[in-house]
Amino acid sequence: MIHFVLLISRQGKVRLTKWYSPYAQKERSKVIRELSGVILSRGPKLCNFVEWRGFKVVYRRYASLYFCMCIDADDNELEVLEIIHHFVEILDRYFGSVCELDLIFNFHKAYYILDEILIAGELQEPSKKTVARLIAAQDTLVETAKEEASSISNIIAQATK
Amino acid sequence: MNPFSSGTRLRDMIRAIRACKTAAEERTVVRKESAAIRASAGESDSGYRHRNLAKLMFIHMLGYPTHFGQMECLKLIASPGFPDKRIGYLGLMLLLDERQEVLMLVTNSLKQDLNHSNQYIVGLALCALGNICSAEMARDLAPEVESLLQNRDPNIKKKAALCSIRIIRKVPDLAENFMSLAAALLKEKHHGVLLTGVQLCTDLCKASMDALEYLRKNCTEGLVRILKDVSNSPYAPEYDISGITDPFLHIRVLKLMRMLGHDDADSSEYMNDILAQVATKTESNKNAGNAILYECVETIMGIEATSGLRVLAINILGRFLSNRDNNIRYVALNILMKAVAVDSQAVQRHRATIVECVKDSDASIRHRALELVFLLVNDTNVKQLSKELIDYLEVSDQEFKGELSSKICSIVEKFSSEKLWYIDQMLKVLSEAGNYVKDDVWHALIVLISNSPDLQGYTVRSLYKAFQTSSEQESLVRVAIWCIGEYGDMLVNGSGLLEGEEPVTVTESDAVDVIETSLKSHASDITTQAMSLVALLKLSSRFPLVSERISELIMQQKGNLVLELQQRSIEFGSIIEKHQTIKSSLVERMPVLDESTYIGKRTGSSTATHTSNKTTKPISSGTSLNLPNGVNKVPAAPLVDLLDLSSDDAPVPSLTTTDFLHDLLGVDLTSSTSSGAALIESSDILMDLLSIGTSNNDLPSPNMSSSQSNIVPLSPLERLSSTSSLTSQVPNHDPLKEIALKSKSPTVSSPVMDLLDGLSSPIPIQDENPVFPSITAFESNALKITFSFKKQPSKPQVTVIQATFMNMSSNAYTDFIFQAAVPKFVQLQLDPASSNVLPANSTGPITQTLTVTNNQHGQKALAMRIRIAYKVNNQDKLEQGQINNFPSGL
Repeated sequence: MIHFVLLISRQGKVRLTKWYSPYAQKERSKVIRELSGVILSRGPKLCNFVEWRGFKVVYRRYASLYFCMCIDADDNELEVLEIIHHFVEILDRYFGSVCELDLIFNFHKAYYILDEILIAGELQEPSKKTVARLIAAQDTLVETAKEEASSISNIIAQATK
Repeated sequence: MNPFSSGTRLRDMIRAIRACKTAAEERTVVRKESAAIRASAGESDSGYRHRNLAKLMFIHMLGYPTHFGQMECLKLIASPGFPDKRIGYLGLMLLLDERQEVLMLVTNSLKQDLNHSNQYIVGLALCALGNICSAEMARDLAPEVESLLQNRDPNIKKKAALCSIRIIRKVPDLAENFMSLAAALLKEKHHGVLLTGVQLCTDLCKASMDALEYLRKNCTEGLVRILKDVSNSPYAPEYDISGITDPFLHIRVLKLMRMLGHDDADSSEYMNDILAQVATKTESNKNAGNAILYECVETIMGIEATSGLRVLAINILGRFLSNRDNNIRYVALNILMKAVAVDSQAVQRHRATIVECVKDSDASIRHRALELVFLLVNDTNVKQLSKELIDYLEVSDQEFKGELSSKICSIVEKFSSEKLWYIDQMLKVLSEAGNYVKDDVWHALIVLISNSPDLQGYTVRSLYKAFQTSSEQESLVRVAIWCIGEYGDMLVNGSGLLEGEEPVTVTESDAVDVIETSLKSHASDITTQAMSLVALLKLSSRFPLVSERISELIMQQKGNLVLELQQRSIEFGSIIEKHQTIKSSLVERMPVLDESTYIGKRTGSSTATHTSNKTTKPISSGTSLNLPNGVNKVPAAPLVDLLDLSSDDAPVPSLTTTDFLHDLLGVDLTSSTSSGAALIESSDILMDLLSIGTSNNDLPSPNMSSSQSNIVPLSPLERLSSTSSLTSQVPNHDPLKEIALKSKSPTVSSPVMDLLDGLSSPIPIQDENPVFPSITAFESNALKITFSFKKQPSKPQVTVIQATFMNMSSNAYTDFIFQAAVPKFVQLQLDPASSNVLPANSTGPITQTLTVTNNQHGQKALAMRIRIAYKVNNQDKLEQGQINNFPSGL
């Protein structure tokens, strides 16, 4: 199972964290500090796995961002690399060639997408298309609700004029 | 409306935070935003709740506290609209975890949302439940999730399946409820449902044996069919990853097959064909294909596969191992560790490649490879493998040396068939990475050397040579010092020359040079320096020619800032100067260290070290042990007493430093009962060295113990062994135990000077009523206090102290008040003073009587704190002091 997902920038800034196993707030910052120290300092040609506290952290670098997932020692590391890529491709499709700034300003969207891919630290959907469709449907739902709300407030505003 | 809540938009806040140049600036922005959010949190108006929570999540991600937003999440979840719920659930998952009490409040909202008519709201609730539910929530909401597993919508089904996984992990008892539902999911066509269904089955198998049996019976065929379908399926763009249809499903089905086929021949039989097909047909030029092959090999290793299939799997691993991609090599090493158990021979074939991987530049690969090498070592290849590893140790990275050397040490220890080889290998490791090996490694080496009388000469000469090149390796230095101290004569006269050994010419002063270097080197720590001092003491009798220089070296440490070293130097100095007659017997070689005890102790403390039984035969011959009984006790007395000088609040000498000697000797209860006669004798002698304090119990007057033991040549062995308990079998330099002894002995603190002089000036007093000398308890330039003592023999714990106060100044003191405080175990009675005016120039002293009852008489020394208040020319004066120099035995 995936214990947590981390997105760290080249400078060590956290862009997204998702914890599927319980870690207290203090521990979380410690884990992030520890791992970013290990991962950011690894050279480019080395393997994408780091052994850490009896777990394995699989990471992959996309431009300035490191996508890291922590898994059990007996999980399939190569598959996790594919899961990371799966996530990145969906982000890419959603934002239209995603960049770090997209993930900073629309971090909640990134979380929504992750929630359609992973639940309880397990993969939920192998089809990128399905994920995109589900996210789009929910976004539409939000848009309609907003429009309704604004039209209602317009009506109220006009009525109280 | 709240003036703050109109605040900034999420986007603006993120921009403001990103614009901050310093951490302090960022904190200010965040603090301001947090305050605004907090202020608006209490309001009923929900207009900005949505935005505030989004901001909070961002702040949370930066690592700032956001607990005040938890209730906002709950409010948003409880509101009816989808947008609010969506952000509310997201906040819930980010800001809370399963251990927070607040989470219980959300159970009801979750229950309602799980039954909502909108599939997306159900999806949100399932997602939140799956990510953070606690055991209580799992129990409460399991029925809802079960019914959702039968929902028509595949998107809800797959979420419910993963949610069930979380529930089962939290409450494994619920597994049975999900068995048939999970099995039903495997009949679906939707890949998401299939994928999650297979995962649910895998977790069910982990949680319950019943479920495993049930699924083995009902799903094996279905699984094989799923795998067949997916691997034979034509190009499916939706699920395609680099030419393979849905590798995720492949991998998960293979994993479940491994669980079902484990230790079960029937279902394994059923899987053989499809596994062979996957193993041969999967493309291995892309990561996705390799991931499948990796999982497939693991499944073949895990089930009762046919031998042909196993060969196929091992061959795939061989290909992996020679792959240029580091990731593939890493997983190959990883899985080869499992394969060793299945087919060790096949893995041995790849030994050369694996050893190459130990030298890789990638730490993860190195680590894996080293673990694997450790598993591959056996009696036939140990020499070659350890040679390669030791060669590599010379060039390896600094940070890898610790791990590597510890592995080499355990390999060498585990498989050493001859002591000479073991010693050679260990010396190499110590010379290369002596700073990285753990203490027990060189302790073990010393024990072994002590047990190999025919190799001691060779070893000490090799160590001497190694020291010349690697004097910066701490543990090498320690072993070398120890051996030169013990076997220095063999170093110089070249005895015990082995065949083929190159003779070296070492003079006595060369050997002392080595010790001097390590004693004075800045790199040496206290342990090494202390060992050097002991070695010097030993050499002082082995090398009479250079004894002058040795005693000089020892005396140089008299002013050492470290108490332990200073003390040793003074002790050893007085031994050399004043006790030539007994010195030679005192510095005899250490008795042979008992290997079995040491090993027992070691394995008791660390499970990682394996030691074969080959080397554990206790050797009872060893060095001579014919010490004249009793004589060697004399120096032990000052050792004990010197330590006792430290009063309660004086710094206790660091206990850890010499502790190792205890380990080295390894004498404890078991050794004396289980080993040969020589050993018992040796431990008795050790006991002798130490148990002076204990033996003093027999003496009538405590305060003469140190002097008496000088002149009376001394209690026979039998009495000592009967009076001292077995637990006191400790080597003579263990302060820890000595202090323990002290607490039992009546020999307690006397002043430093007394003790040192006491050795040469015996004052045998043997009357019934002991007389204690008067002491100057306190002296300043204005005031002197002397104490004289009286004691009734019938009441040893009660002492009557006559205090005399003298005014040394030229002004009279008025309103003179003397106060005293004593430790808890002492009772003090203060009689009125003879006067409260103290005339000038020591003319008319005041006297005052103190009656002191020491409830722990014989165990603890008396101590006292005093305060004297008086007036000089009507000005208040206050003097304070502490009295630690009470004669012993009060």
